[in-house]
Amino acid sequence: MKTFRIGGVHPAENKLSAASAIETLGLPKQAVFPLSQHIGAPAVPCVAKGDVVKVGTKIADAGGFVSAAIFSSVSGKVAKIDSVIDASGYRKPAIFIDVDGDEWEEGIDRSETLVKECSLKPEEIVEKIKNAGVVGMGGACFPTHVKLCPPPGSKAECVIINAVECEPYLTADHRLMLEKPEEILVGVSLLMKAAKVDKGYIGIENNKPDAIKLMQEKAAAYPGIEIVPLKVKYPQGGEKQLIDAVISRQVPAPPAIPISVGAVVQNVGTAYAVYEAVMKNKPLFERIVTVTGKSVTKPSNFLTRMGTPMSQLIEAAGGLPADTGKVIGGGPMMGKALMNIEVPICKGSSGVLIMNDKEARRGEVRPCIRCAKCVSACPMGLEPFLLSTLSDHSEWERAEKEDIVSCIECGSCQFTCPSNRPLLDMIRLGKSTVMGIIRARSAK
Amino acid sequence: MSPHVHNNDTIERNMYGVIIALIPALLWSFYAFGLGSVVVTLASVCACVFFEWAITKFILKRETSTITDGSAILTGILLAFNLPSNLPVWIIIIGALVAIGIGKMTFGGLGCNPFNPALVGRIFLLISFPVQMTSWPVQGQWGAYLDAETAATPLALMKAAVKGDASALDKLPSAWEMFMGADYGCIGEVSALALLLGLAFMLWKKIITWHIPVSILATIFVFAGVMHLIDPTVYASPMAHLFTGGVMLGAIFMATDYVTSPMTHKGQLIFGVAIGFLTVVIRLFGAYPEGMSFAIFIMNAFTPLINTYCKPKRFGEVVKK
Amino acid sequence: MDLILVAVISLGAIGLIAAVILYVASKKFAVYEDPRIAQVAEVLPQANCGGCGYPGCSGFAEACVKAGSLEGKLCPAGGQAAMEKIAAILGLQAEASEPKVAVVRCNGSCENRPRIVKYDGAQSCKVAHATCGGETACAFGCLGCGDCVSVCRFDAIRMNPETGLPEVDADKCTACGACVKACPRNIIEIRPKGKNNRRVYVNCVNKDKGPVAMKACKVSCIACGKCVKECSFEAITVENNLAYIDPAKCRLCRKCEAVCPKNAIVAVNFPPRKPKVEAPATEAPKAE
Repeated sequence: MKTFRIGGVHPAENKLSAASAIETLGLPKQAVFPLSQHIGAPAVPCVAKGDVVKVGTKIADAGGFVSAAIFSSVSGKVAKIDSVIDASGYRKPAIFIDVDGDEWEEGIDRSETLVKECSLKPEEIVEKIKNAGVVGMGGACFPTHVKLCPPPGSKAECVIINAVECEPYLTADHRLMLEKPEEILVGVSLLMKAAKVDKGYIGIENNKPDAIKLMQEKAAAYPGIEIVPLKVKYPQGGEKQLIDAVISRQVPAPPAIPISVGAVVQNVGTAYAVYEAVMKNKPLFERIVTVTGKSVTKPSNFLTRMGTPMSQLIEAAGGLPADTGKVIGGGPMMGKALMNIEVPICKGSSGVLIMNDKEARRGEVRPCIRCAKCVSACPMGLEPFLLSTLSDHSEWERAEKEDIVSCIECGSCQFTCPSNRPLLDMIRLGKSTVMGIIRARSAK
Repeated sequence: MSPHVHNNDTIERNMYGVIIALIPALLWSFYAFGLGSVVVTLASVCACVFFEWAITKFILKRETSTITDGSAILTGILLAFNLPSNLPVWIIIIGALVAIGIGKMTFGGLGCNPFNPALVGRIFLLISFPVQMTSWPVQGQWGAYLDAETAATPLALMKAAVKGDASALDKLPSAWEMFMGADYGCIGEVSALALLLGLAFMLWKKIITWHIPVSILATIFVFAGVMHLIDPTVYASPMAHLFTGGVMLGAIFMATDYVTSPMTHKGQLIFGVAIGFLTVVIRLFGAYPEGMSFAIFIMNAFTPLINTYCKPKRFGEVVKK
Repeated sequence: MDLILVAVISLGAIGLIAAVILYVASKKFAVYEDPRIAQVAEVLPQANCGGCGYPGCSGFAEACVKAGSLEGKLCPAGGQAAMEKIAAILGLQAEASEPKVAVVRCNGSCENRPRIVKYDGAQSCKVAHATCGGETACAFGCLGCGDCVSVCRFDAIRMNPETGLPEVDADKCTACGACVKACPRNIIEIRPKGKNNRRVYVNCVNKDKGPVAMKACKVSCIACGKCVKECSFEAITVENNLAYIDPAKCRLCRKCEAVCPKNAIVAVNFPPRKPKVEAPATEAPKAE
């Protein structure tokens, strides 16, 4: 069984909601759309207070090439453009829409019928993806059309679909594969066509045997698409780790990007969004969100409109348990603890995880005993103990020499540390500082 | 702050894991040396824990006590394992004070010591009390402690051979006897079998990796083997080298100490090979019959240097297939 | 007897040879250094705090000697007294300087500013600031992890466990500015100590709009501008939704403190207000 070659850990999987079919969640009273829900420049609002919008109306334009448009997921009136606390814990500008009815834009195909035939040229597909505001749905939210336009001098050789879902607890991608396999495969074919390659791989960890079997059966009818079962190991869903696992190539240190080794990596949810955008004219305004946790009454997967407050999802899954310790946007390894549960669902929200008091508590920080377990666990071949010490001492030059910017912030080091040291916390600080120093240097 | 989950590994789990791995060798030592071994082990563990507690409380004035994390107990057992079973208690207490006080706490306690504390204690005693430290009781004297009858160890015989005693090597026990633990020596080092059981346990529990023990043992085997081939009457067989003295104990439990060994696998291999090489050099050409503890001690000093120059293979350095 | 003799002779010889080598080396490789540098360094506090802007006390001493004047030079830790001594050594005139002190401009105690989440990351303000918004709804206020405390060389700043805020001991504080640099949120400011240690300042750095700041904390500045109108000396300005009192212009009349509806302006080391002063006395409790 294939997997990536350096480091990795295996946290308890806890896929509690794997057996719950996707349910459609009701409309919120008010939907909130933060303007930066993707990597790159924030979107620029193209509606004003008082405007009436429909489901699928564009409410914000892309703010640059590396940026994405935002579409309303509800019909109603724009209440205000103000700031809201988003998942980062800081206030960010957002568009607030008061919901009234459920009227859709014309031209969106709402039928369930599968559309397979596509006569569009690759450039037209990319244009359609761009105009639908599709971004990577795995969490990083990198605009999809940017990945499909390789920089000059590089050439894509294959499309790799990330259906690994290596984060414990989350099951959104798993359910999507079980319920919409054909749509995903059409989406993958579209991505392959847009990237002008004839090889596509779908990497799935083998803790989802049902999804692997189903996808393998269906993929037989789609030329060039291969399902790759992978050994369960975190962080296989990391872009670089996935490329290594699937085609045994390692992306060199930054500034190299996946395209340098000929790979275009997209999330399985993105493939589905691409299908909807290209074949059904439906911009990205819905996604599947897992709501889960050991104390949650009904761990579920919801088809949710963007902008819905997380509290509504938690309510639908049986309410906030009494012993809640923290609420996390995303999975337990890389997700962010939320300031409040009114944070809206964004393009990159793959899950809401509710941890109970006991689980949520971090252990007491002890001295480093130099056991080197973090070194063995690091999937990037770094030395977390050293990087965190260098950050703590503000030795930025040395930290840069020790490749701190290669860190993918997967948290494997901190997960495995017997002394409960806040390794990743310190490395994050060091990484952002060093990246700032590098930017300032190249700006000169 | 992510990650929000942890694999529940703790310092205690690792320390007590090593202690469990030491149990087979401990039981063998009780069987082989009887009362003396029990007294020495108890005295050493109690003294180490006491000094750790006293120094944290009265000298460092820290509020939290660290004696429950298992590291002081482990140092105590390892120190005892490196002592002969007829050593008087007062010497053991001095050894424990040096091990914990100078070897560990002066540098700031757990995680900060450059040298393995138990080794610091042993080497201090070896240099300060060479007579007491190098008279090893014959096995099977169950009730004897200070009054136990002593005899020359296989290591002494091997040294004698190197110095020109042609008949010395013939008096060596067979490799199988030494493997099982029928030879004389310090409490914990006699039975290679019991120590290897401990190694298997630690590898299974993923407390240590194979790199350090295997590289040390392989180097000793190869180097001693080459010397043996050159002149079998002067240099003992490689098996004899592996199963006598502190080689097994050192390679499995002393050199693998987390704090004082290198962080990367590559560094650990360099560390292991160097220890193996130094051990044979000291045994064959040095003044002391045993070289394991000095070899580890010397390489402990090189660990920061190895850490500086041995970096793990970064992701992306692998050549494209 | 022979043994002792040999020992004495050999050790004596070694000692003699070493002494000769040392003597030659010290003469041959001697570097001339202005003796006044050492004298100046003597009167400096040797805390190497860097508050003077030079790399350590010896760096400052060298700079003082070489510059030939003490203009613009101040050892904040040693203060005016140290500068006078340096002036005496060098035969120069010490510049008059105003004693200063570090001021923590946040009053978001546990009571005033409710904690809405629990921060469990590394106990470092830098990390907390870079990775999340802190434990409260205020994105500007004190994070309470104590970076300023650990950086202080003079033990002048301490965490108050009750409020969760750092407190400056004005007697120990030398205004070296280490804490100002350490604070990722720029809460700490070096201000003049003021006459009789009396100071009036805005005890908040929140730049959010009024309603947001209002919600986050009981004692936040909401930039209502009342203090600006009240001030007769044009010492107060409001910028980015935050009021600031210029210590150079402030005459310590305390009128602004009385009108602030959020009690965000504080006056320290003043005698208690006499009850006969009507207007402020009645207004202040109302605002609470």
